[in-house]
Amino acid sequence: MAHSPSGSPAARLVQGLPAVFSVIAALAAWEVYVLVSGISPLVLPAPSRVAEQIVVNRDLLWANTVPTLQATLSGFAFSLSVAFALSLLIDFIPKLRRALFPVFVISQTLPLVAIAPLVVLWFGFGLTPKILLVALVTFFPMLVALVDGYESTDPDISALLKSMGASRAAIFRRARLPSAMPYFFAGLRISITYAVVAAIFAEYVGARAGLGIVILNAKNSFRPDLMLAAVVISSALTLALFGASALLQHLVLGWRRAGVAP
Amino acid sequence: MTVLAMDNVSLTLGGTRVLDDISLHVARGEFVSILGPSGSGKSSLFRLLTGALTPDRGSIRVDGAPLSSRSRAFAFMPQRDALMPWRRIIDNVILGLEVQGMDRAEARARVLPLFATFGLEGFERHYPAQLSGGMRQRAALLRTIVQDRPIQLLDEPFGALDALTRAGMQGWLEQRWQAAHWTTLLVTHDVREAVALSDRIYVFSRRPARIIAEFEVAEPRPRLGRPLSANAVRLEAELFDALLTQTGD
Repeated sequence: MAHSPSGSPAARLVQGLPAVFSVIAALAAWEVYVLVSGISPLVLPAPSRVAEQIVVNRDLLWANTVPTLQATLSGFAFSLSVAFALSLLIDFIPKLRRALFPVFVISQTLPLVAIAPLVVLWFGFGLTPKILLVALVTFFPMLVALVDGYESTDPDISALLKSMGASRAAIFRRARLPSAMPYFFAGLRISITYAVVAAIFAEYVGARAGLGIVILNAKNSFRPDLMLAAVVISSALTLALFGASALLQHLVLGWRRAGVAP
Repeated sequence: MTVLAMDNVSLTLGGTRVLDDISLHVARGEFVSILGPSGSGKSSLFRLLTGALTPDRGSIRVDGAPLSSRSRAFAFMPQRDALMPWRRIIDNVILGLEVQGMDRAEARARVLPLFATFGLEGFERHYPAQLSGGMRQRAALLRTIVQDRPIQLLDEPFGALDALTRAGMQGWLEQRWQAAHWTTLLVTHDVREAVALSDRIYVFSRRPARIIAEFEVAEPRPRLGRPLSANAVRLEAELFDALLTQTGD
């Protein structure tokens, strides 16, 4: 069907080729520019040098990727649980939506640059402030996705269930929750990318380890090559989480790939 | 024997009188149609019967007992099929049984033998999007029938189908009904459909809906798939007249 990638793995590989080419072209242009201009690697290191730094510092980078991944996943898990619990409350008590949403919207207007140091000040250098900051960034999009998803339920399906004698809870479980799944996964794919950025920023402000700390230290010791090496790792981490979300969606929403009428 | 009896039922929604003094009855094994112009409150009537609304005045009795929110006398088939796109056809068909608390495996085993008569054999594991419009309506009807309620409520069940599929489905429903004699209350604005399928027809007026006529259809069955009799043609003309005096323009 039109709204999901289809065809054999080989066909999909061909679809992905233009993207691969444009990335390679950009890296090649960057490499050539650094070579030709003779610019100092302290200002702009070549991609080859960044790659070399990843290999040389692989132990350091790995040791600092683990805490970032941990902060991202626990923060996101916390955010998801709270978003789901609140979405349930709002779905069953619609008045709560009007009471709570303004507060959540305001929470999304707070600049992370100002909030992060405060949260670190209050909760220290441990995991807690990272969880809170990741949750602050990802919670609202997930809540909106779920609540809007419930609202997208076909009223005919709700009426039908009601005529069958289904309770409000049964209608939620059999109709509203499944209806929200496409929205949920759209929100998940977006939020998971914010989550990594938020975790790294939280580390940058105050932590003992993590990619944010690697970036901070590399900056302070004028090592843009190592900085970019950490950036490459964090991008790879984000892409991996994005891919995992897409895979999960593929598994859960299998019905959307079923063909159309013969 | 009368299964459903509505006496002097009136309903007001948001300050507008929707149903005005409606009295009708349906006997066991009878096929009764309600024919009326669009927006004449036919769907509100169904919402009364399924317990989504309560009347301002009048009484609704099923098998002699007043209708309560707990009396599950009706199986409802909505105008659009309302199949859940994320459930396979068989799991859509057992929805009502599941809501009643039946185990999923047991419900599947119970409905499976019916797939052949409903022309759905081999499509049990398909998703609704993979079926044609006619097949989807048959699946929706099967989902209605397996609930095993005393009365089937069909709300313009073929209204969303193209003309050819609709004609095929009407013929098919007539055959199925002749074999099973489900007690049926059909809402439609299709005169030919009402004449072809019904034992009796109530004609509703424009909003607020009153019953302006009641017709017996004594034509022998099957009626579809052969030329219309002179009686049927005359009845169709009378029904059109009754309806046209109601459209007001």
